[in-house]
Amino acid sequence: MLGTANFGILPIRSTMERAPANGPVIDFRDVAYTLPNGRPLLHDLNLQVQPGETLILLGRSGSGKTTTLKLVNRLLNPSAGEIRVNGALTAVSDVIRLRRGIGYVIQDVGLFPHLKVERNIGLVPRIEGWPSERIRSRIEELLRLVGLDPQIASRYPHQLSGGQRQRVGVARALAVDPPILLMDEPFGALDALTRDQLQREFLSLQQRLQKTVVFVTHDLREALRLGSRIALMEAGCLVTVLSPLEFLQSADPLAAAYVKAFGGGLDSVVNRGTS
Amino acid sequence: MNVVHYFLQNHEEILELTLQHLWLVGISTLFAVLIGIPLGILSAHWPVWNKPVLGTANIIQTIPSLALFGFLLPVPWIGARSDRLAILALSLYALLPIIRNTYTGIRGVDPFVVEAGRGMGLTDRQLLFQVELPLAVSVILSGVRVAVVVSVGLATIAAAIGAGGLGEFIFRGLAMVNNELILAGAIPAAILALSADFGLGWVERRLRPR
Repeated sequence: MLGTANFGILPIRSTMERAPANGPVIDFRDVAYTLPNGRPLLHDLNLQVQPGETLILLGRSGSGKTTTLKLVNRLLNPSAGEIRVNGALTAVSDVIRLRRGIGYVIQDVGLFPHLKVERNIGLVPRIEGWPSERIRSRIEELLRLVGLDPQIASRYPHQLSGGQRQRVGVARALAVDPPILLMDEPFGALDALTRDQLQREFLSLQQRLQKTVVFVTHDLREALRLGSRIALMEAGCLVTVLSPLEFLQSADPLAAAYVKAFGGGLDSVVNRGTS
Repeated sequence: MNVVHYFLQNHEEILELTLQHLWLVGISTLFAVLIGIPLGILSAHWPVWNKPVLGTANIIQTIPSLALFGFLLPVPWIGARSDRLAILALSLYALLPIIRNTYTGIRGVDPFVVEAGRGMGLTDRQLLFQVELPLAVSVILSGVRVAVVVSVGLATIAAAIGAGGLGEFIFRGLAMVNNELILAGAIPAAILALSADFGLGWVERRLRPR
């Protein structure tokens, strides 16, 4: 398998312990999330994310995808049930350590506008006390990895294009080489051409890095193309979890409705599990 | 031409009182910054503090300055010396714009940027010092600028309680119905206010995030 090759580009130096042999990396058990005002956003969620897979959370706005994602790095805390990351209960683990072991990429990128690209990427390594020489070489390595010219390091975010900013966002999330990546519609705000290019790069990057990725999108085409499995969500419930090929042939009415809505040509984009 | 003549003749005293004026404004602004910025951060992060903090600062602002000097007179230690009294009163007046702008500046930071920082594993303290304050700094500074400009004017009233400063000339001039004396206080005070406004405005523009 291509996917197991490391190409010597990124030494595996995980900041978190690996999951106990073959267990799920992320494990949701009977999880619910209710807003303080009593409105339920998510209920009865049971979901396991396996090491090295790209799990897509697919659904429309308000279906609970982003809520699910934020429960992993404890930007939200569950109202009921429990979540384990690498076998450890998130509720009792050190939240700062937990988050530094999980890369987080959002649609609006959230780059720090007052910091140059190099400081954006180097922020967490710096806080973690890496020597500056190592930070510098890591920044250069990461910029090349996401297909950017290392010269860009001395620019400010406002001097970059949307696609460049999103790449820097990915590089920043990878800075301390976390084994898990959470991505919330990372390519949603980009034009079609740039999005296509970044999706292609995501696939090749994922083949090399073998991160465990949870990826939120409402775009079926993107889900089929990037996902190892697709978790379909609707109104705070997990409807079903299917591989991209299964999804296209599914008899589930909601899955079928998605396939119909996105029309033809979906077969050609499907991720057939080369990784 | 009388005014110019007067300025030349009394330049030593004018200089001395200008420096005294600057000292009153400078020290009181320093205190107001040291107290106002933490209070602004407090009310931005814990909304329950917002109303009491801003409300109190608002009420202080509505007290006429002469009355405030009078209120503070019986306070032990503070009331014993007029310059302490003047500095306390000026600090209290300077609080409101500084608290309000700190609050506005921090609340104005893009929530996605804050969330990204939190998701990356920054602690609250790291988030405050490395993200929120640097992004709010120009708004906070514009509050300081307003406070300084207002203080330069208010500090002239401090002369009424014998705290010195350029108000000395103004009160003396009023008592003696002497326009040159009034202008000897008013002109340097106006120059101080304008240059503080210009200088801090320049720094503020330099620090504004793009």
